[in-house]
Amino acid sequence: MPFQVEEISAKTLKLEFSGRLDVDSISEIWGLCLAAVAKRHPENLEIDVKEVNYCDSAGVALLQALHEIQIKDEHSVVIKGSRSDLDAALVVKENVLPLKKIIPKESLANVFLENLGARAFSVCKDLRGNIVFLGSLAYQIYFVFLNPHKFRWRDFWCSMEDVGPRALPIIALIGFLIGLISTFQAAPSFGQFGAQILMVNLVGLGLVREMGPLLTAVLLAGRTASAFAAEIGTMKINQEVNALLTMGLNPVRFLVTPRILATMLITPILEAFLIFFGLVGCYAVMHSLGYSLEAFLNQIYQSVKPLDYLGGLIKTFVFGWVIAGIGCLHGLKTTFDAQSVGRSTTQAVVSSLIMLVLVDGIFALLYYVLDI
Amino acid sequence: MSETPIIQVQNVTTGYGKKKVLSEVSFDVYPGEVFMITGVSGCGKTTLLNSMISLLEVISGDIFLDGSSIVKANEKERLAILRKIGVLYQSGALFGSMSLLENVSLPLKELTALPIDAIQRIAHNKLKMVNLDEFSHYMPASASGGMQKRTAIARAMALDPKILFLDEPSAGLDPSTSVELDQIIKNLSKNLGITFVIVSHDLSSIYNIGQRVIFLHDGRVMAEGKPEDLRKHKDPAVYRFFNREPVS
Repeated sequence: MPFQVEEISAKTLKLEFSGRLDVDSISEIWGLCLAAVAKRHPENLEIDVKEVNYCDSAGVALLQALHEIQIKDEHSVVIKGSRSDLDAALVVKENVLPLKKIIPKESLANVFLENLGARAFSVCKDLRGNIVFLGSLAYQIYFVFLNPHKFRWRDFWCSMEDVGPRALPIIALIGFLIGLISTFQAAPSFGQFGAQILMVNLVGLGLVREMGPLLTAVLLAGRTASAFAAEIGTMKINQEVNALLTMGLNPVRFLVTPRILATMLITPILEAFLIFFGLVGCYAVMHSLGYSLEAFLNQIYQSVKPLDYLGGLIKTFVFGWVIAGIGCLHGLKTTFDAQSVGRSTTQAVVSSLIMLVLVDGIFALLYYVLDI
Repeated sequence: MSETPIIQVQNVTTGYGKKKVLSEVSFDVYPGEVFMITGVSGCGKTTLLNSMISLLEVISGDIFLDGSSIVKANEKERLAILRKIGVLYQSGALFGSMSLLENVSLPLKELTALPIDAIQRIAHNKLKMVNLDEFSHYMPASASGGMQKRTAIARAMALDPKILFLDEPSAGLDPSTSVELDQIIKNLSKNLGITFVIVSHDLSSIYNIGQRVIFLHDGRVMAEGKPEDLRKHKDPAVYRFFNREPVS
């Protein structure tokens, strides 16, 4: 074993190392060595490395650990017989891990209270930020209505193109599949009662009142909210948002308003497409069951009233506003670290989905009370 | 050089959350001066600049730009002060969806009631000052780093500011482009009397254009003076920095 323990006096302990202090030898003696010192709590510790002929970073780490035990106990430590190469190794290590007095850890209760306070402060700060954003947004939309020439029309049309036509293929596909699958799944049950034509009512009403607005919004949350958060987040990292601020321009008017208005206006159109393709899917199944197009359209006409569509339409405006608003808000909240854009994007999607369900619930309650 | 400072930084302490980055920093900048802020990485140069342009709240102390406190200003006053300054960010911060000309025109379009032909003429003139007029139709993505930086300077000058803040103007540029940028700064200072506050750790640039410089170390002003004087400074940290010697 490359070390010996010797009690020189009641207060002084000597550790004598010899041979190689490398990863192999240290892994054997690490625990023994530290235990020898920790058990005795010597006031003076002498570490003799005169006979050491090789010391790697594991050896330095052991010497540091011994040093730290002594410092923690406010006792002394002396390294004797050190050579220049070992000194150099210790100095290098000291620079990496300074041997300083260890600050005692705070009690758990203090840490808990501090964390709780910090968390509460962060939540309040976040809430304040959201309220300021909403206020600023409301004012900027009002400003844009009063000063349409100050509106970023080009950004508005670009956002509209991004949110609308480019999302159309996925909207059409999902709408068609939802209509087709819903009808297909309902067919056996309705067939038992000879009421398969009523599947049109089920799918039609379901699409117009609930599935259409909600599915469109969910697809946009995944596609648009994340895109807005990433776009604005990247602009923040590239200091473009700071450039606007120091030019005295409001980032909410410049970056957020065109995106929100574009999304609010395009979402109902996308919803109409989703409903249309959903009904096409529904008709595909009905046709295979032997129903004519006239019968299908007549059933739709009888079951779906304009008020049903209007109820869904109002929801889509609000959903569009929520999705774009949350996406932009998280973009503006992006910080300057490497992961922040990814974090903002994820948060934008998650927050949008939660808010969509919440807003949909509020609408359901409202429509129930109003008997719509 | 005039006796009344155009910028006064008085005992400014600032930081991020609990972490203090700058402590009791004070200095004055005079009209028409090319004033450099330097120091090793992480010493608080950009933090100081952000405080001066009101992107970062100060914990204590005050900052006066052209006689008005930007720390105590309300929103309206703050916007009025910002009209007197221009900022060049390290990345250039050009808007990718706009051409170089549109980038320079932006502050004029948004903050003035000038007709579009006047705006175009001013923007072209500003681009001429940075030798970029013939590239005005370029999009930022197709412009080189040097061109982006020069466009950003032209944009920062769009509203004829009294003070231009430049954050690491030579970062990411090759030496000859960097010298070209220095020459543009020199000319603008000489011909238009603009005051420049430049954050940089590019020593060749500091010696080339800096009239006065402060050296920040651990969030404090460790030395202040002419670049050549700081080369002979008694403090070893300052001496080593200005003579390109290793820190230890």
